[in-house]
Amino acid sequence: MARKLRVLIAKPGLDGHDRGAKVVAAAMRDAGFEVIYAGLRQTPEMIVETAIQEDVDVIALSILSGAHMTIFPKVLDLMKENGINDKLLTGGGIISEEDVEKLQKMGVGKLFGPGASTRDAVQYVKEWADEK
Amino acid sequence: MSKIIDELTKGILEGNRNAIARAMTTIENEEDGYVRLLSNIYERIGRAYRIGITGPPGSGKSTLTNHLTKILRKEGFKVGIIAVDPTSPFTGGAILGDRIRMHDLALDKGVYIRSMATRGSSGGLARQATELADVLDAAGYDYVIYETVGVGQVELDIAEAADTTIVLLVPESGDIIQSLKSGLMEIADIFVLNKSDRPGAERMQKDLEYALHLRESDHDWHPKVYQTVANQGKGTEELWTEMKNHRSYLDSENHLVNKRDRRLKNRIETVIRQRIEFHFWDDKRKKILKNYLESEKEKLSPYLLAEKMLEKLLKTFK
Ligand SMILES: Nc1nc2c(ncn2[C@@H]2O[C@H](COP(=O)(O)OP(=O)(O)O)[C@@H](O)[C@H]2O)c(=O)[nH]1
Ligand SMILES: [Mg+2]
Repeated sequence: MARKLRVLIAKPGLDGHDRGAKVVAAAMRDAGFEVIYAGLRQTPEMIVETAIQEDVDVIALSILSGAHMTIFPKVLDLMKENGINDKLLTGGGIISEEDVEKLQKMGVGKLFGPGASTRDAVQYVKEWADEK
Repeated sequence: MSKIIDELTKGILEGNRNAIARAMTTIENEEDGYVRLLSNIYERIGRAYRIGITGPPGSGKSTLTNHLTKILRKEGFKVGIIAVDPTSPFTGGAILGDRIRMHDLALDKGVYIRSMATRGSSGGLARQATELADVLDAAGYDYVIYETVGVGQVELDIAEAADTTIVLLVPESGDIIQSLKSGLMEIADIFVLNKSDRPGAERMQKDLEYALHLRESDHDWHPKVYQTVANQGKGTEELWTEMKNHRSYLDSENHLVNKRDRRLKNRIETVIRQRIEFHFWDDKRKKILKNYLESEKEKLSPYLLAEKMLEKLLKTFK
């Protein structure tokens, strides 16, 4: 059986809705991925624990709250601590170029702004998987 | 290869969550060494009790699973959950969203949740779900709950993989007789009428009980109907008591042993069937089939073609 890409999609923080995350989830399903959809109010601990149990290849976070500079590094730390830093951590949100650069230096993958198309995100995940 | 697999086995037996996760992926994808892995853990399985929860989409299966798990946790049991959702036949992808309703369990170290897509498996789901449950069983989980959407073959497969099968219906499920026909009735050890806070629950309960009463049964276990409001946790304690009753029933007079023997027999048969098919359909035979469809179908009946293709294989069976 062919290897299926498994992607965890989660929305950390207490703010708002998960419409954007759901759109991305649907696009990834349509691309043939298995999407584990964890929904709202996910803490970094929950995200990493879920990523372990589900053995996903990719963790994609939707962060609109502006908390990206605390959440992404925390998730990265926990990933290392739990020995799953071979997985890709990526995501989207309203993140300044400066912050994007900082986060990528730490080891976060590509980050997508609110205007990005879901096709780009799908493409990125595919390319990452091919290179792995 | 075998060294990696044996390391993985050790990890599973120690209850290491990364090892459990990797093992499940290895099994699901039938990666190299998965047979060895399953054989390695075989002698350590059999302790976990397996519960199947099935019903229509949106009937509250995940919500109920969440509540039952909390009850089991309070009693000190470790719980594994295998949540199955359908793969899209068009794209091969899936959205597995059962965790949304199991928010409270995400950080409980005594709970392991794994989402699983049905993928292509026709009739193979029981085997795969059973194999994932085996990993949790070997890792020391006391209960494994399978959650599956009740659509056609899938729930029959799950009944095969579970010791106790719970069928969920909701007042909106409508025509009971329809459900009766679909085979849902045969597999249920317990019926749950969830969302009984909604209108029509009493009526539905009566209809269901009547239908069950009419049904002929050669078992001495008679499925009962329990009303729950899963999102409020109402009725779940009573349900848990009935689940324990069913377990004691199975424990008496060898019912559980027989059920599990049947499962074992089925598994051997499935493995043999799948292996034979896998090896049979090599490129050469696929080409024969293609040629037939393109240019021979007028001249040769499908039966004769099959006979011809099987000729050599059948000889080896003699
Ligand atoms: N009114 C009512 N809603 C419920 C009940 N149980 C679950 N729900 C809701 O029904 C929806 C679907 O539940 P879910 O557990 O995801 O169903 P599943 O698809 O069968 O797993 C959710 O919004 C639940 O909160 C219930 O007993 N009464
Ligand atoms: Mg569900």
